[in-house]
Amino acid sequence: MTWYAIDTWIVVIGALCAMAAALPGCFLVLRKMSMMGDAISHAVLPGLAIAFLVTGSRASFSMFIGAAIVGVLTAVFTQWISNWGKVDSGASMGIVFTTLFAVGLLLIVQAADHVDLDPGCVLYGAIELAPWDIATTWTLGGVQLEIPRAALVLGSVFLFNLLIVIFFFKELKIAAFDPDLATTQGINANLMHYLLMTQVAVTTVASFEAVGSIIVIAMLIVPAATAHLLTDRLGVMLILAAGLGAMAAGAGHLMALLLPGWLGFESATTSGMMAVATGVFFLLAWMLAPRYGLLTKTLTTKRIRHSRELS
Amino acid sequence: MDTPDNSSSKAWDHSPSAPLSIHDLTVAYHRKPVIWDIDLDIPEGKLVGIIGPNGAGKSTLLKACLDLIPKASGTVQVYGKDYRKQRAKVGYVPQRESVDWDFPVSALDVVTMGIYRQVGWCRPILGRHKAVARKALEHVGIGHLADRQISQLSGGQQQRVFLARALAQDAQLYFMDEPFAAVDAATERAIITLLKELKSQGKTVLVVHHDLATVAQYFDWVILLNMRVVAAGPTGEVFTQENLKNTYGGKLTLLAEAGHALSQLKS
Amino acid sequence: MAFEWPGLDAVWRVATLQDYNTRLVVLSTFILGLASGLIGSFLLLRKRSLMGDALSHACLPGIGIAFIVMSLAGGEGKSLLGLLIGASVTGVAGVGLVLAVRNTSRIKDDTAMGIVLSVFFGGGVVVLSLAQPMPGAQAAGLESFIYGKTASMIWNDFLLISGVAAAVLVASLLFMKEFTLLAFDDSYAQSQGWPIHALDVLMLSLVAAVTVVGLQAVGLILIIAFLITPAAAARFWTNNLRRMLVLAAVIGGVSGWLGAAVSALLPRLPAGAVIVLVAAFIFTLSMFFGSARGVLKRSLAQRNLKRKVGRQHLLRAVFELQEASFCNTVRETPPNVSVAFDMLLNKRSWSPQQLRKLIRRAAREDHIEVFDGKTLRLSESGFGEAARTTRNHRLWELFLITHADIAASHVDRDADSVEHVLSADMVRELEEKLDTRHLPASPHPIATKGAKA
Repeated sequence: MTWYAIDTWIVVIGALCAMAAALPGCFLVLRKMSMMGDAISHAVLPGLAIAFLVTGSRASFSMFIGAAIVGVLTAVFTQWISNWGKVDSGASMGIVFTTLFAVGLLLIVQAADHVDLDPGCVLYGAIELAPWDIATTWTLGGVQLEIPRAALVLGSVFLFNLLIVIFFFKELKIAAFDPDLATTQGINANLMHYLLMTQVAVTTVASFEAVGSIIVIAMLIVPAATAHLLTDRLGVMLILAAGLGAMAAGAGHLMALLLPGWLGFESATTSGMMAVATGVFFLLAWMLAPRYGLLTKTLTTKRIRHSRELS
Repeated sequence: MDTPDNSSSKAWDHSPSAPLSIHDLTVAYHRKPVIWDIDLDIPEGKLVGIIGPNGAGKSTLLKACLDLIPKASGTVQVYGKDYRKQRAKVGYVPQRESVDWDFPVSALDVVTMGIYRQVGWCRPILGRHKAVARKALEHVGIGHLADRQISQLSGGQQQRVFLARALAQDAQLYFMDEPFAAVDAATERAIITLLKELKSQGKTVLVVHHDLATVAQYFDWVILLNMRVVAAGPTGEVFTQENLKNTYGGKLTLLAEAGHALSQLKS
Repeated sequence: MAFEWPGLDAVWRVATLQDYNTRLVVLSTFILGLASGLIGSFLLLRKRSLMGDALSHACLPGIGIAFIVMSLAGGEGKSLLGLLIGASVTGVAGVGLVLAVRNTSRIKDDTAMGIVLSVFFGGGVVVLSLAQPMPGAQAAGLESFIYGKTASMIWNDFLLISGVAAAVLVASLLFMKEFTLLAFDDSYAQSQGWPIHALDVLMLSLVAAVTVVGLQAVGLILIIAFLITPAAAARFWTNNLRRMLVLAAVIGGVSGWLGAAVSALLPRLPAGAVIVLVAAFIFTLSMFFGSARGVLKRSLAQRNLKRKVGRQHLLRAVFELQEASFCNTVRETPPNVSVAFDMLLNKRSWSPQQLRKLIRRAAREDHIEVFDGKTLRLSESGFGEAARTTRNHRLWELFLITHADIAASHVDRDADSVEHVLSADMVRELEEKLDTRHLPASPHPIATKGAKA
């Protein structure tokens, strides 16, 4: 195995994506809205398609905006259906995102002659190609550094999410913990909800090219859930989730490079491997977490039982 | 953790015929035991109140007896045999909030659920099963609401539906989780009449209860619980100021309330 | 965009299922819709709608692994049955993992589903990328599982879908009461000794069966809609479980039928997407016009209630003003004199506009007569209604004071139903108490202008 500069960029892009996603992801997990990430990431398809049909370019800023708007709309529609129709929120989410996905699929197929937008590309992305798309060149201490567009975009999204979490930390926290309390304290819980949804939508859309719209769910949810098993403090959880996500990006790419060789295959998708890596981390925490791990808990229960028997 | 030194840790003489004997029951969430060292025999034909402050583990005790949550240690016997073999003899009335009252079933459908076990796997509900359920509904005084969708019932009526479901099962031992919570006085009276009727038929009823003022009036046996059994026995002997103080700690308002109830009982 | 509408004869051909291929596709999606509507209803009632989502994504690695295993074993890599078995294995494993994570850690349902969904899908993408360079991978159409390939269905697909649908139908009927109990009250079911975990697994296996055969018909993401949307739409029309099950199956079937037919008629419309849109359309109609829980019905009921309350408040206000100036005890009936608009305005928290609206409506209903826009008088029927409403209201108030221990569940009824809710004895007792009461002295002297007393 040889490690090229490209590989470093792939890991950097993956890590930026993971860190950007982990911050809103923690709040999704705590607010029991994990599937909203899934819903939004599927539902952005028509937004991407419409913006693409209008501008004819995949790199455009308008495409970004279009998709993000549809992403937030997913949350709005879901809330409407579950409030007005008294439908279980999971079901209303399912109805909204499948419908939007179907619209997106129809648009893409209708436009297949005019433009080249492969739905597969939207779903699982192409992180291997991302480093080739250079946005700008920086010179740092005499060394020329070619910054890929994906790194720039995801870096900005990460910064955006980080600033929101820093500035609205206590508001997000209280709105996640107890929306009614938040409202009585004059914090608009609904506004905080949509702020979070905007973060998720923006992150998803920014990530779809790099890791694909479905794998970003792994980045949103899995490191956050892992961190949730490891700590009881929100601040620590945010940092841990971001760190774990970044580590999973590195481990995922390494696995994508090594694993196919060992098994006798040609190559494997890095973005898929990154999702698998987050899963492996979760599995470890699920079993071994110091307080909430399955093995740890079993041992504690045994010990209690044992001490009962002794006394 | 220090071992509690009180009467509850004394070994009970477990009688094989007791409707319910709990032996050395401990339940733990995470690292902390929630209830521990429960060791009790409940005599037959009694109305038993389980009393204790919030978080004392009253519901946990019921759920652990019913195998709804895992036990860290201990056994539960019903009429001298392992609970799992005696399920048909045990009826359960969960807390009203534990289900979705928007569910598309009628009151009669819910009551019929009490005899699903007797109907058996994959067998359809027949007219005679519905007749049993209808009778149970009439028994709790809401026979006329049988075909009402459950969301259109008031809180008290919903509680009665749950009771009717337990009645339809015709069990020997009943576990009821806060049946008096948030019901109107009429329903409360109807429930207590029903419980006394069950008692007169020789059935045993365990009730998680939170209203100290009515304890002496309703129950002839009480279990004072605060993570462990502070005291258990006939109401007259056990429901005393001192035991209550041990159960509730220094919560004065509650003690005042109970004192008031006690003085009422004496007068 | 050049768009050609199909001719009438084409519509007729599709509608009567004359083409072999159309017939196959339409019937398959129809049957698939029936089965998924049925099992989806139980899923909805168990509040596990999104489990279909997790399940369908978790099928992807199974398809890839099955293909690789079959290819390496030297067999035909694209054997449909093999691929579907692979899909079922990882699908069910994914669901099992969701339940395991939920039951053994502090991670909640939704997050457990999200984890399984994304990690399994990621794994699936990895496996497919491994399989892609292998011979025959393109031909096996592994990608088609993500988007579906409805149009190219063959006889065997039809048989498979029908078989699975029949199995789901039979199992749903057999286990109807068990599934109902599980969905309504699982802890009670458990206390009764029902094996709730086994029942959950059975229910989800049926979902898995529908999902797996649906994967290649409408695709991995759109099968989710088939499981959720018809069931949620049916719920708006009935409060009866059996009717809901039948209706959900019918809505699913009709969406499948219509969607596939439209897709056969018009160019470049993937059937899966059209089916989902048809189902979403039916859902939207149901949500607004549903006869049991539709938005329209509920908001009409809300509006009627508001009007009724408004009318009662108005009549009572007029009656009490009349009473205040002529009576000393509630026993006496006041003369039906006219009342000034301004006095009414002081009586309650109405704005002038609100009051005018109330008066207009009451005048339309012949409860009051308005003179010169400033004063009004109760009509004969309005006077009777006002007297009755006022009396009922007072009985309720008295009831609340004298029987304060009775919880609110008895008294949120509107003022009419006092006789229906309370026993006859109670009403008599209250009436006796009420009759001995004195009215409070009126703060406003009443206008007698135009009175015909």
